[in-house]
Amino acid sequence: MNLEDKAKHIRTLIIKALAEAGSGHTGGSLDLVDIFTVLYFNHLRYDNKNPKWEDRDRVVLSIGHTAPVLYATLAAAGFLPEEELMTLRKFGSRLQGHPSLDSQLPGVETSAGSLGQGLSISNGMAFAAKFDKKEYRVYCVMGDGEIQEGSVYEAAMAAAYYKLDNVCAILDRNRLQIDGNTENVMALEPLADKWHAFGWNVIEIDGHNHFEIKDALVKAENCKGKPSIIIAHTIMGKGVPEIENNNKWHGKVPTKEQAVEWTK
Amino acid sequence: MTYINKGDKPTKTGFGEGVRDAAMKNKNVIGIGADITASVGMNIFSEAFPERFISLGIAEQNCVATAAGLALSGKIPVFSTYGVFAAHRANDQIRISLCYNNLHAVIGGAHAGVSVGPDGATHQALEDIATMRVLPRMTVISPCDATQARIATEKAILELNGPVYIRFGREPVADFTSENQDFTIGKGQVMRDGDDACIIATGHEVWESLKAAERLEENGLRATVINIHTIKPLDEELLLDVARRFKTIYTVEEHQVTGGLGSAVAEFLSEKMPTRIVRIGVNDRFGESGKAGELMHHFGLDAESIYNKVYSDIIEK
Repeated sequence: MNLEDKAKHIRTLIIKALAEAGSGHTGGSLDLVDIFTVLYFNHLRYDNKNPKWEDRDRVVLSIGHTAPVLYATLAAAGFLPEEELMTLRKFGSRLQGHPSLDSQLPGVETSAGSLGQGLSISNGMAFAAKFDKKEYRVYCVMGDGEIQEGSVYEAAMAAAYYKLDNVCAILDRNRLQIDGNTENVMALEPLADKWHAFGWNVIEIDGHNHFEIKDALVKAENCKGKPSIIIAHTIMGKGVPEIENNNKWHGKVPTKEQAVEWTK
Repeated sequence: MTYINKGDKPTKTGFGEGVRDAAMKNKNVIGIGADITASVGMNIFSEAFPERFISLGIAEQNCVATAAGLALSGKIPVFSTYGVFAAHRANDQIRISLCYNNLHAVIGGAHAGVSVGPDGATHQALEDIATMRVLPRMTVISPCDATQARIATEKAILELNGPVYIRFGREPVADFTSENQDFTIGKGQVMRDGDDACIIATGHEVWESLKAAERLEENGLRATVINIHTIKPLDEELLLDVARRFKTIYTVEEHQVTGGLGSAVAEFLSEKMPTRIVRIGVNDRFGESGKAGELMHHFGLDAESIYNKVYSDIIEK
């Protein structure tokens, strides 16, 4: 399966799981699919048979409510059976509404859900790699609304000060949050300038272009002495034209009929 | 039993020594500082192990979540700042990144209680026990002196497996417990025994309660004094023992009477063995500036105040 087909498959898994769950976050989960596809099928070092392999690259999903894209990608990558995705958000499921370390789902690196903590956690993992002289890299996936949280900038300062070049933040810049456009709710621009000023290597890409995603991940890895942030311009709800760029789909899920229609 | 003060010493110094001693035994111990390193005793560790100390500046939320990332990667992070900033500013990070993830990390909460003195209300941690003990999986320790702080800290780092909050103070206070004491996290210590009154104390208040007990004895009343150095998990067995023996239990803490030691004791005994509990602590107020001794007296937390409260309560009955 090529990357385009993988991405399409993961989108299908997400839509079906969300329709079955009856609640969850559709827009952000779908717009991160291309990034997760390239990460898991063309970039990361991991072993799905040994998910706690010491030298694995870490993916910290800081934007916890997009758990479906993590779960669906992990399933597609062989960490869990794809059928298990249909237990999403149900009682007793390993697929909690937001990622949970408690549930012991292979491939989940940390619990998340309260926004703004993942970059700090990623820094901690990156410090540990430096202490232990390990080569693994830490990828922190954040939402654009999320970085209105002040603690993100505490972490941004620290990563640059300590030259944590094994940290790569990936910012899902879909420009939408629950209340509307980020620039109306609480403006983030000039976004790239801010991260430059904090001492980061900033890479801006089309977050749906697989070539650009891979290229950015490689550039980030090759950048030494500073952390990198990939500002990925995305379209919320990408892949389902009728919901694209509509913030009403932040926390809304398709009906089962819509799911059938969308995944034809 | 009479306890001898080996010389006043702040419990924060004991904490710092405990971190250093644990670090000597386990290379995975990593320290995190939020600017006030010497003020919270962490300089004792950072001077011994500068390469294992991460200064993150005045950014408590980042400190805690960074600790979580370290713990997720096999390290044992120890982060210390003032209790007000750890337990309140970074509460969400402690809740989600440490407790929900069930990670072994030790948070030091310095400047506990009004004995912080002149800095006043903003810096006097009086609600930290409450906000820490309510968190699932959290262990809450409040050692009574510097020696115990050192032992407790080392054990918490090396022997526990989960999030830990250790509370300690700023002022030099009596250092009176033995280097060779029988110290087990979760097990209270009977400091002295008497049939006429039962005082359960934590932190600095253990010494004050022992002094109060001496005055009670001069006035013909023999008091039991118990040191509950671990507020969570509570030593339920010991509490049941004393609830069987005494009609009234006095709890003493440098903390709000709501949510702290007194509440923990009351919650447990009201279900298992209802007992009258008189809670001595701070009564729904903020602290203020002053000398440590002045404030301890003003808030009714020094030996004399404890003695007066207990004595008059017994005489009235």
